[in-house]
Amino acid sequence: MKWETVIGLELHVQLACESKIFSSSSTKYGMPQNTQASLVDLGYPGVLPVLNHQAVVMAIKFGLAVDAEIAEKSIFARKNYFYPDLPKGYQISQYELPIVFNGSIEIPIHNKSMKTIRITRAHLEEDAGKSIHDKFHNASAIDLNRAGTPLLEIVSEPDLSSSEEASSYMQKIHQLVRYLKISDGNMQEGSFRCDANISLRPLGSNDLGTRAEIKNINSFKFVEKAIEFEVERQKAILEEGESVIQETRLYDSEKNETRSMRSKEEANDYRYFPDPDLLPILVGKDLINEIKKELPELFDQKVHRYIKQYSIRKVDAIEIAKNVDIAEFFEALIHHFNENYQQAANWLLSELMGYLNKENISIKDLTITADASADLLQKIHENVVSASMAKIILKQLIETNDSVDEIIEAQGLKQISDSTQIESIIMEVLESFPDQRDQYLSGKEQVLGFLIGQVMKKSSGKANPKMVNEILLEKIEEYRRI
Amino acid sequence: MERFTLKKLIHMISQREISSAELVSMYFERIKKYDHFLNSFITLNQESAEEQSLIADKKIHAGNYDLLTGIPYASKDIFCTKGIKTTCASKMLENFIPPYDSTVINQIKNSGAILMGKTNMDEFAMGSSNETSYFGPVYNPWDLERSPGGSSGGSAAAVASGIIPIALGTDTGGSIRQPAAFTGITGLKPTYGRCSRYGMVAFASSLDQAGLLALTAEDIAIFLETMSGFDPLDSTSVEEAVPQYSDFVHNSIEGKIIGLPKEFFNNSLDSDSQRILNQGIEIYEKLGAKITEISLPNVGYSVPTYYVVASAECSSNLARYDGIRYGYRDDDTKDLDDLYRTNRQIGFGDEVKRRIMTGTYVLSAGYYDAYYLKAQKVRQLISNDFTEAFKEVDLIVGPTTQSPAFSIGEKIDDPVSMYMNDIYTISSNLAGLPALSHPVGFIDKLPIGMQLIAPHFQESQLLNFCHLFQQETDFHLQQPQPFLDD
Repeated sequence: MKWETVIGLELHVQLACESKIFSSSSTKYGMPQNTQASLVDLGYPGVLPVLNHQAVVMAIKFGLAVDAEIAEKSIFARKNYFYPDLPKGYQISQYELPIVFNGSIEIPIHNKSMKTIRITRAHLEEDAGKSIHDKFHNASAIDLNRAGTPLLEIVSEPDLSSSEEASSYMQKIHQLVRYLKISDGNMQEGSFRCDANISLRPLGSNDLGTRAEIKNINSFKFVEKAIEFEVERQKAILEEGESVIQETRLYDSEKNETRSMRSKEEANDYRYFPDPDLLPILVGKDLINEIKKELPELFDQKVHRYIKQYSIRKVDAIEIAKNVDIAEFFEALIHHFNENYQQAANWLLSELMGYLNKENISIKDLTITADASADLLQKIHENVVSASMAKIILKQLIETNDSVDEIIEAQGLKQISDSTQIESIIMEVLESFPDQRDQYLSGKEQVLGFLIGQVMKKSSGKANPKMVNEILLEKIEEYRRI
Repeated sequence: MERFTLKKLIHMISQREISSAELVSMYFERIKKYDHFLNSFITLNQESAEEQSLIADKKIHAGNYDLLTGIPYASKDIFCTKGIKTTCASKMLENFIPPYDSTVINQIKNSGAILMGKTNMDEFAMGSSNETSYFGPVYNPWDLERSPGGSSGGSAAAVASGIIPIALGTDTGGSIRQPAAFTGITGLKPTYGRCSRYGMVAFASSLDQAGLLALTAEDIAIFLETMSGFDPLDSTSVEEAVPQYSDFVHNSIEGKIIGLPKEFFNNSLDSDSQRILNQGIEIYEKLGAKITEISLPNVGYSVPTYYVVASAECSSNLARYDGIRYGYRDDDTKDLDDLYRTNRQIGFGDEVKRRIMTGTYVLSAGYYDAYYLKAQKVRQLISNDFTEAFKEVDLIVGPTTQSPAFSIGEKIDDPVSMYMNDIYTISSNLAGLPALSHPVGFIDKLPIGMQLIAPHFQESQLLNFCHLFQQETDFHLQQPQPFLDD
């Protein structure tokens, strides 16, 4: 039998708020354990949550960007369960009335076509703390720095049909939240996590099969692998004529397998009910309009504009716009360097990105400014430095705080493009190597390379190669006439 | 022993008839002398209070002081007090010392009043007799065999006996008004949202409200001004201007209309109480109020509605008491489940556990709609009844309780009978309305309370009515016998 895969994703996106969703503690990552947990985060007797308005604005931004409806009134609910890293014994989330619902997003799929994925809802909630089980003998430790960190949980309809589509959707949402600047999307730090609901059904069937939920997948690669493993597992079960059990499973990236965490019967009854400590979130048209005005240019618009306004090749425009940080760097770059946009794109994609990829760092980690990069591009454009020198200068720019001019000065990297100066070096070389000169004149043209090499050597590699070539040919011909 | 009103003490301080230090030591002497009969305090704050009284006296001497500077008061042990044990009368929090002050305590501190100690109560404010306290019951100063009511039983007994002039309480379903009625004093539950809940250990968040127990309406008016208003730390507190309540108490009530809900004057009220209430109503008529009968058709569902909503909220609010970060922790547990189970089994008393279980049940999958959701709907209907009634009347008057104080032990093994105690008080919590109980007479030397209910944020009207009543009567001035003689 042929099987069809049905996937829905729940993405947990940490919102880029400075303070927690219901307390004033900082959300900064990587601080010493339990130093960013206030009495509210610790669930002390008598304390009360106060909603961080910034989180609401961010949720609305997301909703508008995926053409969703924004609830005029949404409410917080308590999700009750016991766990030591959940200090109150309940998580404040949204249940019946989420702030964002009925959205959709287009994702690129194979053969370059697009597919619309419906977004059921996106709701605000607080993150739990962290339990650390492997640090102390016979004891677990709790770090509540993360407790109360604002999350947006984005739930898709089961519209995804393959691991590639799931990964494409996840990347698209990741790109979007980064564009909207509502999350840093840092997957190593857990700012962007995914649970996947997967089921199979006979091809052509309209009924949904029994699903398994795979928890806590934190990379695009793992979402593909976890789904592929899970699809094979379920297929094997179904083809044996057995039934898939509805359960929660955990993906183990080291073993590349999913394994059972708890069955439906063991699942918690979360006893959701409206949180009486918080008022409903009321969102008026004015606020929505205000936020609408502040929405940044998004990926599709950027690609379109790059092609139209800057006449950049489509593939380059897409490559640049893929990552909002690169796109912003590019825009700053061409703000200072507007001689040739395609040249700027080429340099950014090959030279700068090449460096970033080699060093495995992100553009955010670079100290180099768009300003300095534009200076360098200008020098390349004006033939002041050669392409190979530009590479050296870029490395210096990144590694020191010096300006392009200072580096060129200090390293003596300025290209010699003065024809008189080049001419005199060439004449010296032609005089010093009469044998090679004559060999060329007698038809052995490959000797020219040797002579050029000598000129470059004498100029310490600074002579403009194009000019060297031209002038050398011209001068050597003069010997023929002698 | 003379019971002093707050007003009298303020006068004495301002006339330099007594210093704050003398006042503080006088009340500690009274507490030492009488509280072993009452068990109304859990923790005394003597050293700190004495220090504060010396500072207060310096301010008073310098003429740089406020109305409440140097005046002693007590707080129910449910308000978090920085550096002072806050037990909620539970083994769970027996040794809990909060690192912060609740907003109300902070506001009162800023007004200059001095916290003398923390009063006994039903465990986590769950109870109507003060018998569920881990620290033992409070005894009613009018008859030491009887209950002072609950859950603010300690505050009520302390004020009634004169060992403290005024005390903070909380009222979730009648926990200020019923004890006030049982001990012959005046108790006010303000509008939900009038006083901040921040730092008040939560029982049922949508119903809990801080309030006061004192000898007179005037005393409550003075104190309420300091502890009301919007608090950015409590989203459910309301941005509504705080009137000078004490300026309103003298207003005439001529022509005001009092509604008597027929549902409050039915068979569940004993005939003696009925007779005494009627006498009280006549006094209001004499003061110029008009009386009319009204109906609150859904108010009869108050008790079951309340016990669904309050228990549901408490089951969630009390989930944080796991013994991991604070509170009772058993060292001899074998795994996480055992840790939770043991800490909560030993840390909580029976009534608290009963309500947690009830609340967990009504929120469970498959029961939520039938209980919790239904209760929320009924709650709305009850609230609507009041809205309708207040279109016709200025104030609603009824009994506070069905009868005078019952004996200790009489109802503790019969939860439903205990819950029915709150039959008249619960509806105003469900509707978020301000309500007050004041003494209206005696049956067999036991005080009886009368309840006044006003529209939202009309505390001034409650205090106004009550004050005029207290100008006409002396029920509120009568003292419990055992404490008349020194």
